[in-house]
Amino acid sequence: MKETSQSRRAVQDIRSQFPILTQKINGRDLIYFDNAATSQKPSVVIDKIKNYYEKENANIHRGVHSLSQEATTAYEQARHKISSYLNAKSDSEIIFTKGTTDGINLIASSFGELLNPEDEIIISAMEHHSNIVPWQLLESRKKIKIKVVPIHKTGEIDLEAFENLLNEKTKLVSITHISNSLGIINPIKEIIRKSHVVGAKVLIDGAQSVQHEKIDLQELNCDFFVFSGHKVYGPTGVGVLYGKSELLNIMPPYQGGGDMIEKVSFEKTTFNVLPFKFEAGTPNIVGGIALGTAFDFIDSLNFEQCQVHELELLRYAEAQLNAIPTIKIFGTSKNKTSVISFNVGDIHPFDIGTLLDKQGVAVRTGHHCTQPIMDFYQIPGTIRVSFGIYNTKDEIDLFVAALNKSIQILS
Amino acid sequence: MNYTEKQNAIIEDFSLFDDWMEKYELIIDLGKEIEMIPNQDKRDEQLIEGCQSRVWLKSNYKDGKMFYFADSDAIITKGIISLLIKVMNGEEPKTIAKEDLFFIKEIGLQEHLSPTRANGLVEMVKRMKLDAIKNY
Repeated sequence: MKETSQSRRAVQDIRSQFPILTQKINGRDLIYFDNAATSQKPSVVIDKIKNYYEKENANIHRGVHSLSQEATTAYEQARHKISSYLNAKSDSEIIFTKGTTDGINLIASSFGELLNPEDEIIISAMEHHSNIVPWQLLESRKKIKIKVVPIHKTGEIDLEAFENLLNEKTKLVSITHISNSLGIINPIKEIIRKSHVVGAKVLIDGAQSVQHEKIDLQELNCDFFVFSGHKVYGPTGVGVLYGKSELLNIMPPYQGGGDMIEKVSFEKTTFNVLPFKFEAGTPNIVGGIALGTAFDFIDSLNFEQCQVHELELLRYAEAQLNAIPTIKIFGTSKNKTSVISFNVGDIHPFDIGTLLDKQGVAVRTGHHCTQPIMDFYQIPGTIRVSFGIYNTKDEIDLFVAALNKSIQILS
Repeated sequence: MNYTEKQNAIIEDFSLFDDWMEKYELIIDLGKEIEMIPNQDKRDEQLIEGCQSRVWLKSNYKDGKMFYFADSDAIITKGIISLLIKVMNGEEPKTIAKEDLFFIKEIGLQEHLSPTRANGLVEMVKRMKLDAIKNY
């Protein structure tokens, strides 16, 4: 696969918008291959945060003064931006959270209140701990049951087993769109459709998907969708929970406090309308606004070209890694995003990760918060490289050279 | 050599290398030398679970001195353990409990002993000192 000078220019143009990519790590140019953990931030997002604190900072939804009005407008415009990008039916279905984990906990806590003992929730064996533990907490609180869909050796979900688990007791199917540790893309459209047949609601964990796939919430027809701002070029500490308004309306509030109330008295308190009902307290205002800017940035990209580029990086790296005889890749499905999880012979992933870091290559090692997958493959962890829109084939060449050197030292 | 001298000797060994990869090659060689706990002798109570790598530690007190045996599933972790053992073995519990372990920082390995590294080493050093205190 040869890069055209045109695509090379496009990537260089994107790279120039990410100041951190010129950083030196241990005296070498940074090669950032840990995009599944968090993406780097473009200048527009960084500038927005700085500008907000320098010129716009005020609390929102309450002040009559101009600054507060402007901050409120900016915050609500960001919500609108995200809502239209994801094609939600209305802005009020977009709730700002702290991130994916916060969103799932909100649903487990609030939607969970509507569940009865013996009701069932289906998750998959490839879920992040964030999509396992909140349900386990709910299981002990409400005596519901968790059913786990197994995966095949390729890392793909066992759809037949999924269908066998679905029944009239299934109230929620909570599943990741894309596996964070393996990069496998789940057939969520089919999963959503089949779940709805038995009347189950569906929550999609989109932490790894919004940055790689174009999301159309109405077309997907999922009931909930959650993701984190920091993985989509936005700041940390902010994320989004999308929920269909008919569901959000019947769910009890998650947290009590300011902003989420309509009227408070000691006799009776009434709650605010959506989305504010689920946004208690002063939110991460600058986070929300800068997340809106991150979506402006995504909108400015040629998204399809970026997808092609990421896929090319994936195939190029897979070919290079497969040429090293002792390498074993986990998650071998063809339907993947730009994530490769692998091990080298008997070498501990921690050792490889440490030596790669000393050569300026940032990768993730360990169980990636998906211990059940590691148990499934009977390994302590993997080395995970995950590519973003600003990575290049040259960087992959340097990474492979650094990897070979590490293997040589460790063998 | 006393506790301080042993640490200074390690610092000197590492000062011969400018390049990080060479320093790590030395650590890896040390990891291969370490006196390990054979697999069949490993006990659950010796295991220190890190997020990334795991460490086993066994402490012995003999004739007024401390002796440690350890192992890890990661070779770099093992190499660092071997340095710690070199310094601490054969020392009186009082020395281990009270004296500073300054060489780790001096040779630039403090990142391995930061809580975020999650390799079980922080907990191991704590346990080595606690075991010494028990005999102090």
